[in-house]
Amino acid sequence: MPSEPVAVVGIGQTKHVAARRDVSMAGLVREAAQRALLDAELTWADIDAVVIGKAPDFFEGVMMPELYLADALGAVGKPMLRVHTAGSVGGSTALVATNLVRSRVHATVLTLAYEKQSESNAMWGLSLPIPFQQPLLAGAGGFFAPHVRAYMRRSGAPDTVGSLVAYKDRRNALLNPYAHLHEHDITLEKVQASPMLWDPIRYSETCPSSDGAVAMVLTDRAGAARSPRPPAWLHGGAMRSEPTLFAGKDAVSPKAGQDCAADVYRQAGIADPRRDIDAVEMYVPFSWYEPMWLENLGFAAEGEGWKLTEAGVTELDGDLPVNMSGGVLSTNPIGASGMIRFAEAALQVRGLAGEHQVDGARRVLGHAYGGGSQFFSMWLVGSEPPTS
Amino acid sequence: MTREIAVVAFAQTDHRRTSEELSEVEMLMPVLHEVLDRTGLKTSDIGFTCSGSSDYLAGRAFSFTLALDGVGAWPPISESHVEMDGAWALYEAWTKLLTGDTDTALVYSYGKSSPGSVRDVLTRQLDPYYVAPLWPDSVALAALQARALIDEGYTDEPALAAVAARSRTDARTNSHAQLRGSVPHGEYVVQPLRIGDCPPVGDGAAAVILAAGDRARELCERPAWIRGIDHRIEAHSLGVRELTDSPSTRLAAEKAGAFERPVDTAELHAPFTSQEVVLRKALRLGDDVLVNPSGGALAANPIMAAGLIRIGEAAARIHRGESDRALAHATSGPCLQQNLVAVLEGEPRHAQ
Repeated sequence: MPSEPVAVVGIGQTKHVAARRDVSMAGLVREAAQRALLDAELTWADIDAVVIGKAPDFFEGVMMPELYLADALGAVGKPMLRVHTAGSVGGSTALVATNLVRSRVHATVLTLAYEKQSESNAMWGLSLPIPFQQPLLAGAGGFFAPHVRAYMRRSGAPDTVGSLVAYKDRRNALLNPYAHLHEHDITLEKVQASPMLWDPIRYSETCPSSDGAVAMVLTDRAGAARSPRPPAWLHGGAMRSEPTLFAGKDAVSPKAGQDCAADVYRQAGIADPRRDIDAVEMYVPFSWYEPMWLENLGFAAEGEGWKLTEAGVTELDGDLPVNMSGGVLSTNPIGASGMIRFAEAALQVRGLAGEHQVDGARRVLGHAYGGGSQFFSMWLVGSEPPTS
Repeated sequence: MTREIAVVAFAQTDHRRTSEELSEVEMLMPVLHEVLDRTGLKTSDIGFTCSGSSDYLAGRAFSFTLALDGVGAWPPISESHVEMDGAWALYEAWTKLLTGDTDTALVYSYGKSSPGSVRDVLTRQLDPYYVAPLWPDSVALAALQARALIDEGYTDEPALAAVAARSRTDARTNSHAQLRGSVPHGEYVVQPLRIGDCPPVGDGAAAVILAAGDRARELCERPAWIRGIDHRIEAHSLGVRELTDSPSTRLAAEKAGAFERPVDTAELHAPFTSQEVVLRKALRLGDDVLVNPSGGALAANPIMAAGLIRIGEAAARIHRGESDRALAHATSGPCLQQNLVAVLEGEPRHAQ
């Protein structure tokens, strides 16, 4: 028997900001969950199970916080799962939730991801000294900058490509009321003149640190039929992992990312992603990851991704818009960032993305990655139900 | 008809007070090898891998990423992780197999409590605004629950001591257990709980392989079929809970079909003697049910793995022909806040 089709019928997120001092963690997650229920025109009683994800517990200083959040998420008396797969967790959490529906264990599931980074210092949370291991000091940028440098060297991309991505994403964010950074006076010159943090990554080419939550209501075919607004349909979803460091690892274009995309495309019947996919929300925490992922995900040949960026193909009005919401470069509550990509992809195919809507978006890819470019999760959603 | 899924292999470490000479991945590796050897499978044969562990025990963020080295995730694997006991990793893997995406899954979990003070560490999972600042430790909270049980006449201190003695006597035949045989019941830790009422603190790991349908029959002579599995959570605040009962356990058991027919064996994840009293009541277990023949969590309680071990122990008894229908239970959170129940069955045994 084929698995049950899955539809996204409710999406909610908080206005992402540097510090939500007005709410507790429970208040933050409940705000996103209630907005998702409102969108789906459902109540807490309609939810069969809750699947929650976030990045390391050290970011807020609460061990297994889902125990404390059960009440705020209406989970009392229900199953509650907590996923943690590093930066990809937002995507993985949504996929775990889809499997509850696909397997027909539950009909309607609330899935949610959050990070309240103002509770602590993420850089410190990521910089614990581990005996006998290479320290990941100075945050994630210090880890990823050499991989960006390797990409530039390998592809021959001009130095300016990173700033083009940042300039695009920060302008896209101006059209998204939930985005954290709204830099109304942004110019390309300002991006290029911003301080160098981890050569070649400049300050304006780096993601912010945000407080935020995102929630989705997933349901089966019958639930979708009752949906007051157009659903987004799951056409494919996959996760792939590989070790952090090993001889022969390609840190620029990891095999786990390629394999994950290939699995999703196979499920969704995508022969040529560049032609068959209308837009992408991908996890770009540092600007250069846009051209890198364009290649890893099969939208461009190896060494050619930067040319799409440079030619404006990934602009909101280009023929393959990328990160219409402003992306991780404009909003980064770490544990939620992957699910925000998934949710923004769903908003696009539902036609509910507002000012950053891509006209006629029918198939959109949501992408997340984490750890040392080793954990990948992706889904492809469509405006029509899957045929197979 | 939903897919039939079974536990086909189980392995665990010898659980010890400390394993300071081993990293987590070194502790885990032999268990992963053992569980794969039992089925003849290689890492590349496994369709889905899911693990459970806690960064707070490890004392570092993203601690589970290193465990992947033990799995040997190359070429890349389809993999996920829950920040929960491995029993919930098994639940996630079970749903993955139900979708029909794949036929086999590897589930593992591990925890090292030895580097820190686990009583203090567990206070960090309490409400961060109103409760955690008071640092009420895990024994103190369990003692509140035990006191409520005694005050309402559900048990008394000698009965709790008998649970402890029975568990550790049964653990004599479990070579992996940390506390075995005659163990003095000792002084009060927090009244009314004595040392003997509390679980040992220790390090350990466990792994399970799940398989669907005919694949399970190929890999195991007598698969432990998962007839039902469900988990439920309760409110977090102890003040709004009835601590002498476990409605979430009862509901999970109902949904898992535990009450449809009697079980012959139950592996309960009751770290404290008093919690066995609560669980027996919620699960309506009579005296004819063999409870915790492994010694249970009172004999070995590697946090994050102890729940998965209950499922593994129940399954192993079915594999060996010592049980036909067993219940396995896992818990998480203060005073049994979150509970999982699985019902496992072996196919009828034929006369030789």
